[in-house]
Amino acid sequence: MNLNIFQSWNTRYQLISLAVLGVILMVALPLCLDIFRLNMVGKYLTYAFVAIGLVMVWGYGGVLSLGQGVFFGLGGYAMAMYLKLEASDPESTAIQSTPGIPDFMDWNQLTELPTFWLPFNSLPLTLIAVIVVPTLLAWMISFAMFKRRVGGVYFAIITQAVALILTVLIIGQQGYTGGVNGITDLKTLHGWDTRTDSAKLILYYLCVVLLLASILLCRWIQTSKLGTLLLAMRDKEERIRFSGYDVSSFKIFTFCLAAALSGIGGAMFTLQVGFMSPSFIGIVPSIEMVIYAAVGGRLSLVGAVYGTLLVNSGKTLFSETFPDIWLFLMAALFIGVTMAFPMGLAGLWDKYVTPCWKRWLQARRAPAPQVKAAPGAQAEVSRKVNVSSIHEEIPAGLGA
Amino acid sequence: MKPTDNTADTYSPQRRQILQVMGALPLLAMPGLSFAQATAQVNTTKLAVTDKEVTVGQLHSSTGTMAISETGSIQAEQLAIEQINALGGVLGRKIRLIKEDGASDWPTFAEKARKLLINDHCAAIFGCWTSASRKAVLPIFEKENGLLYYPTFYEGLEQSKNVIYTGQEATQQILYGLDWAQKEKNAKSFFLIGSDYIWPRTSMKIARKHIENFQKGKVVGEEYYPLGSTNFGSLVNKIKLQKPDCLFVAVVGGSNVAFYKALKAAGITGVKQLLLTISVTEDELTGVGGENFNGFYASMKYFQSLENENNKKFVAAFKAKYGPKAVIGDVTQASYLGPWLWKAAVEKARSFDVDKVVAASANIELTSAPEGYVKVDPNHHLWSKSRIAVGLPDASFKVVSESPNLIKPDPFPKGYQ
Amino acid sequence: MTPSDIFNITLMQGFAGLSLFAVLLLMGLGLAIIFGQMGVINMAHGEFMTIGAYTVYLGSVLTAEYAPEFMPYYFPFAIVAAFFFAFIAGWLIEWGLIRFLYQRPLDTLLATWGVSLAIQQIFRTCVGPKEVSPTLPDWLLGSWAPSEGLDIPINGIFVLSLTILVTLGVVLALYRSRWGLRVRATVSNRVMANATGIDTKKTDRLTFAIGCGIAGIAGAAFTTIGSTGPTSGQLYIVDAFLVVTFGGTASLMGTVVSAFGIAQTQSISEFFLAGSMAKVLTLSVIVLILMIRPQGLFASKVRH
Repeated sequence: MNLNIFQSWNTRYQLISLAVLGVILMVALPLCLDIFRLNMVGKYLTYAFVAIGLVMVWGYGGVLSLGQGVFFGLGGYAMAMYLKLEASDPESTAIQSTPGIPDFMDWNQLTELPTFWLPFNSLPLTLIAVIVVPTLLAWMISFAMFKRRVGGVYFAIITQAVALILTVLIIGQQGYTGGVNGITDLKTLHGWDTRTDSAKLILYYLCVVLLLASILLCRWIQTSKLGTLLLAMRDKEERIRFSGYDVSSFKIFTFCLAAALSGIGGAMFTLQVGFMSPSFIGIVPSIEMVIYAAVGGRLSLVGAVYGTLLVNSGKTLFSETFPDIWLFLMAALFIGVTMAFPMGLAGLWDKYVTPCWKRWLQARRAPAPQVKAAPGAQAEVSRKVNVSSIHEEIPAGLGA
Repeated sequence: MKPTDNTADTYSPQRRQILQVMGALPLLAMPGLSFAQATAQVNTTKLAVTDKEVTVGQLHSSTGTMAISETGSIQAEQLAIEQINALGGVLGRKIRLIKEDGASDWPTFAEKARKLLINDHCAAIFGCWTSASRKAVLPIFEKENGLLYYPTFYEGLEQSKNVIYTGQEATQQILYGLDWAQKEKNAKSFFLIGSDYIWPRTSMKIARKHIENFQKGKVVGEEYYPLGSTNFGSLVNKIKLQKPDCLFVAVVGGSNVAFYKALKAAGITGVKQLLLTISVTEDELTGVGGENFNGFYASMKYFQSLENENNKKFVAAFKAKYGPKAVIGDVTQASYLGPWLWKAAVEKARSFDVDKVVAASANIELTSAPEGYVKVDPNHHLWSKSRIAVGLPDASFKVVSESPNLIKPDPFPKGYQ
Repeated sequence: MTPSDIFNITLMQGFAGLSLFAVLLLMGLGLAIIFGQMGVINMAHGEFMTIGAYTVYLGSVLTAEYAPEFMPYYFPFAIVAAFFFAFIAGWLIEWGLIRFLYQRPLDTLLATWGVSLAIQQIFRTCVGPKEVSPTLPDWLLGSWAPSEGLDIPINGIFVLSLTILVTLGVVLALYRSRWGLRVRATVSNRVMANATGIDTKKTDRLTFAIGCGIAGIAGAAFTTIGSTGPTSGQLYIVDAFLVVTFGGTASLMGTVVSAFGIAQTQSISEFFLAGSMAKVLTLSVIVLILMIRPQGLFASKVRH
């Protein structure tokens, strides 16, 4: 019963924090920032899709993937291929030896569109591909791995290898992929110029809405039975297996979900930034994306968004003024977060801000009759449970 | 610097100084060329120009993998701007430089380009090094109508209204070198080796067409290795198997060192094998080491050891600012040209407006260039000479051959696509 | 194309594979100790290699400046110095960071990634962003040509012999010394090892530092092949992890075999395919085999 009250309070709390995030992203930032900076925030938010995926896979599933950039990149490339085909109509490519195909294909002496590009002539198929292609690859990787009960470190390293393979492949097959340059010079989406200020604003809002929807989806999964099972699995995998659950299927599902979210993020990135390149697929961006989730708090969806925004705006701010110090700061962030604040921003919030907030609530309720104080006291108890469970989670969750 | 011929297009610092002296006498001040010109006249597009200052941007990587190559460009551009300011600036306005770091990351380049154009309203931007970074910023320059001076020798197949290319495009660099190898060294079979990205691939495509269709020679191998690769053992054996007359090489970055060390370790040296590269400048040579490159040839438009007055002054100024150990490669020199070309175009246009500067850029001549006389073609590339130089054991180059005339830039070469 | 040509090229190609094997093994050895024995995911492993490489560069610069006549002999000393510098750096990082994270292997990954960023920036600030390569003594350059048309790279021979030496050293230390005994005891059961009086903390620190020191030797040896820059370490890190994981983490023998297999696959496929495709092929084969046999080629019996 105690747990129930805690959960309902917790749900409300989560909803409030989500609403606050929504207000910040949809009202406060657009009012404060000009369209140039807002577009940059929009770009950062695309990484937040990856970060909330990582909260699910890593925080809840206990599986660290160092290859999320792969899925981000696949989603981005799918969208970029569509936009590129639209930008390469025969008139604007008349100067090429084969007009009507993307410019980099022409430079690489291709004379017709490769077959795997054909579906990207259609917008619906592209939108499907944005989600399905990353999910499919995630399923292939995770099916083989989780069915054989590979986890932890091995999984991390294999995802890294996958990231490396895909990067080398994309760079090496430049006639088909644009190589190191990536797919650039994207102009319109189904006839709609994505480079204008108004388009940027609309895309920003689209990105925010999709992000909030993704958080809600993940939140719903967390509160469902699946979420409980995931947490239990992360902490005592064998026990869940012996209870008759198919552990690997849950892990595969979560991993695929994270991949699909990353794919959406990638597609939104392409739309807002106007190009896609293999530099998002490699190992370095993939690890950086993990740090976004870690800074935000690996168990908090909303925290992951704040973490992403914080790290990226810090990066932009500091690299504009002190490029040398930036890497040291980044290093300090990695080390500091893992050493001192393993639960990230969300952990700090829970530890210092929530108790004050509670005390304030309690103080307001103090004059009320004895009976009414009970929920507050219970909340106090559950808070203690909450904090101690966080401390327990650290070794258990990560030692898995 | 050479005394100048007084055509309206020509620019030289002396002339600027003369004009300054003239400007000091109010009645003699020439309308339009004097620095008294009102800001409202020279800037109708809301660029960051005041009565005293004009803001330009610099966008290179000072961190990340490309910092190795781009440092020289950063230094040369800053040197040029410093010299221009010492001579009184552009249209009487000192140049203020905003430096941004692209961090070897193409999206960062795009982001910073946007910042420089939209936030800072830079009148011109000097920057980018790799093709990838240029491709990333190009749509932004075209959309915001900015002006980019791009210094690197590159693959061609591009001509943007908003970019002035101060390096060589592929045909300028390649064809002269291949003809030289055929005529002077009697090379008939070629082995093409490059890093795996667009510039080497396009360059090798042009080289192959030239060798097969125009020289009637043979290409016995064409190999690409991932950027940063250090493992060339198998490649060396392929070379030994094919025994080509000439190795034609476009390996870049860190791979360079490993590649030449591997050749040396396999006994492929300048004495036994003709090797012509389009990717080793003085910058790379210090890393590769003179002993590993001794006797191999490079095809560029500029070498630090060029014998002319302009270059002597340039090298002296560069070393005075950045220390006696500083070396100047082809791209560094091309970067140095950027601010000077921009200044000349602005003064010809009598305006900072990008459209007017772009219109004025065609046929601008620069007699004070360290590489000698250069001219901007209406296609926004430079006319320049090509040169072949041999690597010496002390990690310097000695020029052995030079094209007799300026070579016309041809970014869309017929018969090579 | 005479038969002797073909014979020579086959021989040289075999040697190319062998020297790649040496490179991979040398990269993997330090990691096999740190990652394989201790379970620490050291993402800064590549940076410990660059510490070694920069040590050699420093040695070459100092020797050229102060004792030019000593130039032909400095290299072996520089390698020893590289070991010690990396050893000390490893010792400090274990003391300041890693020892708090043994219970959280995935967190060591993030923390050591931070360390690698910091080390990169230190090199960039102190040495500069340009890649450097030390002046090598003449005896390390060129090729050994036992017969016409047959050139065996001397730097390859050097790296190969160094690798054999280091590998033998590690094997002896692990299986024939008190330290090795303590390491193996700690790995197989930390609590029991502690109970029998082994100072596991000290063992951990020494083990980590020795692994880093070997990385330093590897970095020093690679200066004979390529150049060194602040970010060179990142080129090696994935390869190093794959070698160790592919071999089966807790097995030194596995590391040796997997380095050999990967090197030969890559080297042979490079001879017949384009460079980029060879790399993709090799990596894909590794990943596929790891998916089928996640425990690696040589699995230890105790796993979780």
